[in-house]
Amino acid sequence: MAKINWKRALIYAVLILGATASVLPFVYMLMTSVKTYGSATTNNFWPWPPLGDEPLQWNNFTEAITTAGMDKAWNIPLFVRYFANSVIVSVITVVGTVLTSILAAYALTHMNLPGRNLVFLLILATIMVPNDLTLVPKVVMMFNLQWYNTYLALTVPFLVSVFGIFLMRQFFLQIPRDLFDAACIDGAGHLRFLFTIVVPLSKPAIVTTALLNFIWAWDNFKWPLLVTRDSNMRVLAVGLQQFLQGEGGTKVQLMMAFATMVVIPIVVFYFFTQKYFTEGVITTGIKG
Amino acid sequence: MSEPATLVPHAQSAPPIRERVKYDWIAYLYLLPAILILVVFHILPAFYAFWISTQGGRIRAFRFIGADNYLNALQAPEFWGALLNTVWYVVGTVPINIALGLFIAYLLFQKIRGRGVYRVIYFMPHVISAVASAIVWAWVFNPTGGIANRLLGLLGLPEQKWLLESDGVFKLIGQGFGMDLPGWLSGPSLAFVSVMIFAVWQALGFDVIIFLAGLTNINAELYEAGKIDGANGWQLFRHITIPLLMPTIFFISIISIIGSFQAFNHIYTMNIAASQPLGGPLGTTRTVSIFMFDQLYSQQRAGYATAIAILLALIIFALTLVQFRFFERGGQENAQ
Repeated sequence: MAKINWKRALIYAVLILGATASVLPFVYMLMTSVKTYGSATTNNFWPWPPLGDEPLQWNNFTEAITTAGMDKAWNIPLFVRYFANSVIVSVITVVGTVLTSILAAYALTHMNLPGRNLVFLLILATIMVPNDLTLVPKVVMMFNLQWYNTYLALTVPFLVSVFGIFLMRQFFLQIPRDLFDAACIDGAGHLRFLFTIVVPLSKPAIVTTALLNFIWAWDNFKWPLLVTRDSNMRVLAVGLQQFLQGEGGTKVQLMMAFATMVVIPIVVFYFFTQKYFTEGVITTGIKG
Repeated sequence: MSEPATLVPHAQSAPPIRERVKYDWIAYLYLLPAILILVVFHILPAFYAFWISTQGGRIRAFRFIGADNYLNALQAPEFWGALLNTVWYVVGTVPINIALGLFIAYLLFQKIRGRGVYRVIYFMPHVISAVASAIVWAWVFNPTGGIANRLLGLLGLPEQKWLLESDGVFKLIGQGFGMDLPGWLSGPSLAFVSVMIFAVWQALGFDVIIFLAGLTNINAELYEAGKIDGANGWQLFRHITIPLLMPTIFFISIISIIGSFQAFNHIYTMNIAASQPLGGPLGTTRTVSIFMFDQLYSQQRAGYATAIAILLALIIFALTLVQFRFFERGGQENAQ
């Protein structure tokens, strides 16, 4: 018996070690964001009571926002513009991606069309085209379409997700086609069947697609940097980068406060959706 | 179960289409939005790239210069240096991530209390914006009083310059043992290895989640049968888990290699956070993707950047084909 217990203890030790390593940088960021400049630069682990005498520096957050500068056109902090832009771009991307994925996955599972599996394979094959290859041509296209420095450039190219189509197709395949025949008898068409029966049954797949695309959209950095010019069109990731290169670079505590404000919305979104998320990934079985 | 076609689960396919004569032509309307965007913003640009790669000058003032961009790239030492760095990056991150991801997923798959909590926590680094977490890690690697150096101090090891260090890691380790390694053996710079440590940290959770999904799909009766035949834990892992997980390993390795060849956000951010030029100390963190971006963004050489992208794409494509071959053969052997 003792041997088995040792083994289990070892398993838990490894898992806890890994889990600690996964969250520690995040905790470190939160802690540093409410320290004074001195405590942040010297890595004073716990400058607050009872070990130290510093209060929590909540004003780091407001200071980070004011340090990032003002949007002269609207007379509001640039940070608010960054934040609003990130929200606008991410929400449009997520809603668009989920819609296009649902429609495509439905056509690929519950409708009779010639060459259905071939169409699906061709869609899958597009992941073989590296994004770096299409980067410059897309930037040139943005200039030609006069989309440069607009929300169109930030959203339209991302309104499709091969991963989303794949995931939802896997889920939709588990919904029996007899169900559609029954719905037909009740007078429902494809669209009604899709949105009243298929979509509610596929919540985990939809939430998973939404979460992953939200993460990717929120995190997108290279593309917004290339296709926007004005600071009021920048998104948070780019704004954070510019803060790092500017004043924030030397003030670590402000840098961490800024980074915290970038990270918090997505972490909150993650915690609200994680139950569906793991279910979505596991039950559809992304098994390659 | 190893060829790419298994992405389509045949068993669950719809009843034979021929039985129903009527096609839903309207289905193409459902597919239209997705396919239209894919074609316009992913497929056509890939072809457009070949034209741009023959152009010189700025984006608004292209002029035809033929194959010059390719010739310049192939003759540029920076390109070959960047390619070598990219290979170091892939070799230094992908196998470790796959092995570690599989290991953690396998541990989590045992009867573990609070499995859900671990799953949530392990995926956290993938959720947090790469730019934000790269800044935090750059601060951890700060040479003056950073956490990484504190840890080395606790272990009685000499402090390092981390993201500012252009010397190769093997050279540094050799020096620690009083050996002087030749230049070609010095390996990737410590700056670059610091970036790789971040990359492993960030990607691990994604691999764990995907491997967990794969493990869930393995029939538990197989393990029971193996145990009855007297197999020990390692034998079960080696002869049941690994072969049946091959499609997942294949999927992850394809995705990770394609992704790693284009790694950008965190490399770029960590360079800047360490007050280094793009490409890091002495260009030792310059990957092909970073080199390409530098040419496009700082040097305004769109055609040249595209030629580099095409060369990179060819390498990725060749490697993907090799992987398909490799896993096809592995799959057949396992099936026997």
